[in-house]
Amino acid sequence: MTLKYAFWPGCVSKGAAPELYLATKRVAQELDLELHELDQATCTGAGVLQEQNPEMGDALNARTFALAQQMGMPLMNICSTCQGIESMVQDKLTKRPEYLAKVNAILADEGLHYTPGLEIKNFLWVLVEDIGLDKIKSLVKRPLTGLRVGPFYGCYILRPSSILGKEEHPDRDHYLEMVIEAVGATVVDYEGSKKCCGFPILTVNRENSLKQAGNHIHEAQDLGADALVSPCPLCHLNLDAQQPAAKEVTKHEIDLPILHLPQMIGLALGVPPNEMRLDHHVVSTKKLLAKLPEMAVR
Amino acid sequence: MKVKLKVKRSNPETGDSSYSKYEIETENSVTLLDALIQVREYEDGTLALRCSCRSAICGSCSMRVDGRARLACRAKVIALTRDNPEHEIVVEPMGNMPVIKDLVNDMESFWSKMRQVDPYIKPEGPTPEAEFRVPNEAMIDLTHVMNCIMCGACVSDCTVLEVDKNFIAPAALAKAYRATADPRDDHEHDRLEKLSEYGGIWDCTRCNMCVEVCPKGVAPMNRIMQLREMALEAGIKGNAGARHTGIFTKSIEDGGRLNEIWMVPGSVGMFNVPRMMKEMPGALKMLRAGKLPIGQVIPPGFPGSHKMHGMDRVRNVVRKSASLKPVKAEVKAHDA
Repeated sequence: MTLKYAFWPGCVSKGAAPELYLATKRVAQELDLELHELDQATCTGAGVLQEQNPEMGDALNARTFALAQQMGMPLMNICSTCQGIESMVQDKLTKRPEYLAKVNAILADEGLHYTPGLEIKNFLWVLVEDIGLDKIKSLVKRPLTGLRVGPFYGCYILRPSSILGKEEHPDRDHYLEMVIEAVGATVVDYEGSKKCCGFPILTVNRENSLKQAGNHIHEAQDLGADALVSPCPLCHLNLDAQQPAAKEVTKHEIDLPILHLPQMIGLALGVPPNEMRLDHHVVSTKKLLAKLPEMAVR
Repeated sequence: MKVKLKVKRSNPETGDSSYSKYEIETENSVTLLDALIQVREYEDGTLALRCSCRSAICGSCSMRVDGRARLACRAKVIALTRDNPEHEIVVEPMGNMPVIKDLVNDMESFWSKMRQVDPYIKPEGPTPEAEFRVPNEAMIDLTHVMNCIMCGACVSDCTVLEVDKNFIAPAALAKAYRATADPRDDHEHDRLEKLSEYGGIWDCTRCNMCVEVCPKGVAPMNRIMQLREMALEAGIKGNAGARHTGIFTKSIEDGGRLNEIWMVPGSVGMFNVPRMMKEMPGALKMLRAGKLPIGQVIPPGFPGSHKMHGMDRVRNVVRKSASLKPVKAEVKAHDA
């Protein structure tokens, strides 16, 4: 059965990580997901806007929620940070009806209205909860057997757990591992998987930011990882695009491909790598693809 | 019930560390602290741990339990083994602070950072005859941070402190908020200036780890975010963190979505040549990989900058959202 979502791609998949956008759209075909893009929606604020103006963040996110509700579909995002901010705003608006009424008064200018209760899910949660691991397993055309993959969650899809639906879905902190196993790969269990990639302070304290990224990559690589996989494009930026810089700062000999979650799923589902722009990463994915001989970039 | 423990042991004399395993019989209702005390009393008298009140008030028994810092007296063993009764509970000392022995940390760095933020309310002007009176509503926002019991859990698991010992870290920054936001304090501006320096509020990655591990709902990171908001309101903007927030906000107000290209120059400063040079190799690599969004090359606010569809409607929301701001009455302490 086709699953329909109001699709929020986030700023990064439309900017510095176009491969994520393409991979998501491509994999959605294989998974029978119908994605209706929220092209009128704004940035969530990523927690940065909220430092200066949380109220503006609330109004803009409520507007996005209302746009999704107007479409009558749950909202799907492809970014841990978007998920965290959207969940946070949703929590605040649900707990404060008077405040929500004020927000809705602003949205009324556009004929929009947000009623608490919208389902907001990162692609990772959609995979496990809506599609189901059994279905994914049945769709795997090229099991990633022998591939060792380290999960990298991104903070905001994990914490604070009080607002991320853990009561209803207590395993959400293990989904990446479950998905890695479902596509036939082996999970690399390392300490950094649930820590911070450092991206938010890249422009503020470059050394610290790159040390964080470099240390996690190094730890996973040391434990034999062939790649890391992440549902967060901001983590991807620090782990992939900044990896050469992180190598220089930490002096660790690191060279580890970083996959966006939809890319890993796509590889297992038989999508050709170039259709997911696996050749457009800063850290080459060739070594990784060579381990899957039939799937090398054509 | 049967409880399996795997406890990290560190010997201060030899510098060695290893894990000791214990298996004990206890009541179902015991806390991890009860179990550890039972081990120390009946199984292995050499095990060192720190505790006092046993009821989550004194903050002495913080340690890492299955990888995350928490109070041992607040962790029920039955809850720790709920998913798997055979689960071996891994108990380790807190992170980010040296270990004196086994589960006992040296908290000196914790206290020195507390002292560093000058955690006292410092009023100016004449001392009141009786007492300072503040209205209740001025104190509500401070109640969570007043709950801090100085257990060190947030410091233990802080992901920034792991890479930079200079970071003031969550506990002391939350305490700094407590003093800065108190209506009886008269040093808000100086404090915010100092806190905006290297190692202060802008070095936090907002990873939420401290919010997650704090046993008392202090949510230190949220307090750090409030300090950032206060610093910006006070006009303390001469640092990369404040500039980053500024360019980010401007980018959304201008185009509805993030202009990624201008984040770096907008934060570090366009004419900060040495710093910009550091970014060049990375930028070139991204350009080669087709990852530089060249459509965003015009800076936010300039004619022709990149804008999403329907920006007029977004601008309306942006403008009107100012009405959502809570009205902050000027609350000052007054002589009783």
